Amino acid sequence: MSDIDRTFRAEYGRAVAVLIRQFGDIDLAEEAVQEAFATAVLRWPGDGVPPSPAGWIITTARNRAVDRLRRESTRGAKETAAVLLAGGHSAEDEHIMDDRLRLIFTCCHPALAPASRVALTLRLLGGLSTGEIARAFLVPETTMGQRLSRAKGKIRDAGIPYRVPRDEDLPDRLGAVLAVLYLIFNEGYAASGGPGLTRDDLAGEAIRLGRLLVGLMPDEPEAKGLLALMLLIEARRPARTTAGGDVVLLADQDRTLWNRTLIAEGQGLLRECLRRGRPGTYQLQATINAVHADADSAAETDWAQILRIYDHLAAISGGAVVALHRAVAVAEVHGPAAALAIVDGLDGLERHYVWHSVRADLLRRLGRHGEAVEAYGKAAELTGNPAERRYLQGRAAEFQGPSAAAPLDRADRS
Amino acid sequence: MRQYLLSVYQPDGDPPPPEVLGPIMAELGNLNEEMQAAGAWVFAAGLHPPSTATVVRDKDGDAVLTDGPFTEGKEHLGGFTIIRASDLDEALSWGGRMAAVLAPLAIEVRPIA
Repeated sequence: MSDIDRTFRAEYGRAVAVLIRQFGDIDLAEEAVQEAFATAVLRWPGDGVPPSPAGWIITTARNRAVDRLRRESTRGAKETAAVLLAGGHSAEDEHIMDDRLRLIFTCCHPALAPASRVALTLRLLGGLSTGEIARAFLVPETTMGQRLSRAKGKIRDAGIPYRVPRDEDLPDRLGAVLAVLYLIFNEGYAASGGPGLTRDDLAGEAIRLGRLLVGLMPDEPEAKGLLALMLLIEARRPARTTAGGDVVLLADQDRTLWNRTLIAEGQGLLRECLRRGRPGTYQLQATINAVHADADSAAETDWAQILRIYDHLAAISGGAVVALHRAVAVAEVHGPAAALAIVDGLDGLERHYVWHSVRADLLRRLGRHGEAVEAYGKAAELTGNPAERRYLQGRAAEFQGPSAAAPLDRADRS
Repeated sequence: MRQYLLSVYQPDGDPPPPEVLGPIMAELGNLNEEMQAAGAWVFAAGLHPPSTATVVRDKDGDAVLTDGPFTEGKEHLGGFTIIRASDLDEALSWGGRMAAVLAPLAIEVRPIA
């Protein structure tokens, strides 16, 4: 990666955020920052990298924006200066608050559709191009371009504010920001379409944004909890698939492949936030993953502790999806029959492939192979991820009858 | 300051009986007064039912009239309030107060150009 690429990845969001505050115009800010980087590509190889690359980019972008306003404005130079002056006034707390924090809250405003929040966050804070975001979410570039421009138009015309929300709104609004980051991470973790199981770049981008948010809001335990959760899941990436791209379940993973550096960082963050005594859903999910990380083998997993954490999680966010995952822990502690009773009692998950796949697994363990095959088939039909589908179809085939297909499939995955 | 249109959408059919509607309208009146005191209130009005509406179109210089509302649906615009607010958060906060008074009716918050 060149100096310019590195600066771009690290500083694009900051530069855009500063320019938006100063000029109050997202498109102008983006264009000016892109022009500044284009200038850097021409100058830095010859002149050398400036002592403060970020400062250079911001100053150059600001000059470009002023030039553009002068050139395009029919209002003339005098009013252009007035625009800048107004920008200067709103900068009173410049040194207290990083502009990227305002920008995160604007991008993740609940008045925008969730898909738009994700796209805007990746575009403005992550510096991904419209084409990159479109490819990551498997939509045509023109569709993504329209989605972005409609969202930016709504921010401008509806007056979505460019600031950190008031204290009374902060818990809800921070929740919306965390949800966007986790959505980006999950899209990278188990891509809902496309050829591969994972799109590492999206998961990596979510972690980068998570680190940024933790740096900006170090006192928010759920922000740290989310970062810890993402790091602990990311740590298992090398063990999650075979060289051929097939899924390896947690129980079957080669734990020596887990990234111990990420685990240590995730567990460290988790200890920090749990000390605050305000456990939320991300902290609890991270704790569950930390328990898995502590077990040297699947057999050594402390399922009783995991079940206790799920009980806590179900108490604070009693959704059907949490209950479904809790049932997996119930199966380990109290057996598959108890778990199946819970799973069969859950409503509204018939279109959710995980519900069918958990059911299938429990039925298989209870020796009800016919029903298990049916449930694996249903799960395979509903997942959008090809690697998951291959796995589920494999399981269905394995228990179709007493055939010899099973050992071969098993050997392939270990 | 920006201006926002807060539209109240309600299901077609008869309004609730007076003993239900009365307290709601009183609360709405209180909210209007609060908006006025805060300098947010610009204008508000309730509408007669859609069956009283007439649509006018121009056809070669002549007004062509149609009985009834422009769109037939299960819901219709029952009334509206125009407010001043510094940004969408402030407008949504008033909209949320109105939705609480008129629950379960939905309030559409839309910026005025």
